[in-house]
Formats: sequence, structure tokens, C-alpha cells
Amino acid sequence: MTNFIQNLNKLFDSRVRLGIMSTLLVNEHINFNELKELLNITDGNLASHLKALEENDMIKIKKGFIGRKTNTTYSLTKNGEKLFKAHIDALEKMIKFTR
Amino acid sequence: MTNQQQSLEDLHHIKTMMERSSRFISLSGLSGISAGICALIGAWLSYPYVHGEKNIIIDEYVALAQAASESYTIILNTWLFWIALGTLTAALVSAFLFTYFRSRKQGLPMWSNTSRRLLLSVLVPVFAGGLFLFRLAQFGTFGLLAPGCLIFYGLGLISAGRYTLGEIRYLGFVQLFLGITAIWCSGYGLYFWAFGFGIMHIVYGIYMWMKYERNEKLVSAN
Repeated sequence: MTNFIQNLNKLFDSRVRLGIMSTLLVNEHINFNELKELLNITDGNLASHLKALEENDMIKIKKGFIGRKTNTTYSLTKNGEKLFKAHIDALEKMIKFTR
Repeated sequence: MTNQQQSLEDLHHIKTMMERSSRFISLSGLSGISAGICALIGAWLSYPYVHGEKNIIIDEYVALAQAASESYTIILNTWLFWIALGTLTAALVSAFLFTYFRSRKQGLPMWSNTSRRLLLSVLVPVFAGGLFLFRLAQFGTFGLLAPGCLIFYGLGLISAGRYTLGEIRYLGFVQLFLGITAIWCSGYGLYFWAFGFGIMHIVYGIYMWMKYERNEKLVSAN
């Protein structure tokens, strides 16, 4: 049991971070507004979670433009993808083993 | 809350987010309504050419001449072709506008991963079908044009169901069913076409608008 519990990542404890990671797992990249709309949270809240994920090398940020507006897009890092998949596996095992 | 419950809820949340983020959710019901109205006008305009006194399309001599000559220009010279093209353009432009307005209101980009995938999934069957039908028309097989439009469009909508709000699949199945039925109802193609592209679009559009957009302002105000 211990070998998969250690894969449960403390960083993914928050709902918002789970949401960001799941969204990025099925989308190569996504921008700030799309994320905000999907998660239905405020700018500040989203920004702080994104920052935490970036600092832990889970996601990477790319700044660009659409016309004159800035367009910041986010995508998973290799490391983030690996750890998040391990996290999902651990969650699934958690359900199976405690049943 | 136990660990198990927590894990279940987390997994459920992950699944929901994956699904929501991989679909284009700005497609407006008003787009359906406007496209439906364009289709009804188009059907009304083309009625005299198909059934009425300006019946040059069903004329067998013309059909035979077209089949023999295989010339593109003969089709381009029919009024029906230009009515069809005008209807398609008007429907696409008006559908685009309402969806554009809705995406602006939602603060979502019109051109995103999800909208690109949605567009591609519709365009592949519709484009292939369009070429096929153009060739059919060249050979004078006009009776299969209306059923063909319904069938290929229906297939496009069914494949689009994975990339936008899922209800569009039902519209796809209805169009497909109408198209297949119309194959065996020669002479009534235009009625089937008007019902599928006109009435069904409007019904679908109203349903989607009532379900998702009527209360949209309330949602964003919270």
C-alpha cells in the first residue's frame, strides 16, 4: 500500500490544481481565460495556483499575443505529466485497496 | 470524509475537467436558429425551380445534356446552384456571428483547440460529401442531392458531438435519418431538406438556447 500512497502528490491536493492539471493533460496548451472560465474562479486565485505549479516544474508558461492583447498559454512539462498520471493511478488504487 | 471518498471525488473532478476542456462550449443556439431561417428562405426561393413553372432542373433533356457533356459551366449556370451557394454562405456567416458574440460574452477565444477540432470534425465528412454531390449533379442525378446533403451533414454533426455540447449528435442522427428516408421518397427531397436544415435547426437552436444561454448572464454575475 505504501508504494502507491507516496505517489499521491501533496501539490495536487487542491481542486483548482487538479482542474488545471486535468485540463492540460487533454489539451496541448490552453490560455488563461479559457482556464478561468473552465474553473470558474477569480484571476488572482488562478494566478497563484498556476504560479505554484510552475515553481514546482509541473507546467510551463508561454507568453504571446492575439492582436494587441497578451495571450499567455500554459502546458504540462514532461515531469508534470508523469507525476500527475502517477497521482491519478494512486487515486484509483486507493479506491480499489480500501474497498 | 474518508480517503476513499476523497479519491473518488477527485477522480470525478478530473474526469469532468478533462471533458469540459476538450469541448467547444460557445456554440450558440441562436446560430442554429439563424441557419435554420436561412435554410427555409433558401428552400422557398428554390421551390419554383424544383417543383414550379421554372422547372428546368428536373427537365430530362437538360439532365441528359449535362450527363453527356460533363461540363462544370452548365451547373454554374443554373439558378439553383447560386441559391444554394447563397443559402450556405448566409447560414454560415450568421451562425458564425452568434457564436462569436457568445464566445466574447463568455470571455473565451473563438479560435481555440476545441473550436479547431470541432470545425475539422464537421468539415471532413461535409467537404467529402459536397464534392461527391457536385459530381452527382454533373451526371444529372438531382434526386439524390437533398438526401445526400442531409446524410453527409448528419454524419458531420455526429462526429462533432465529441467536440462540443453533446446534444448536437441527436440533431445529426435526425438529419441522417431524414436523408436516408428521403432516398426512397423521390420528388419530396426539397421538403425533407427544408425540414432537416430549416425546421430541425430552429428546434435544436431554441432547445439549446433555452437550456444553456437563457440564464447565462445570471451565471457570470455570481
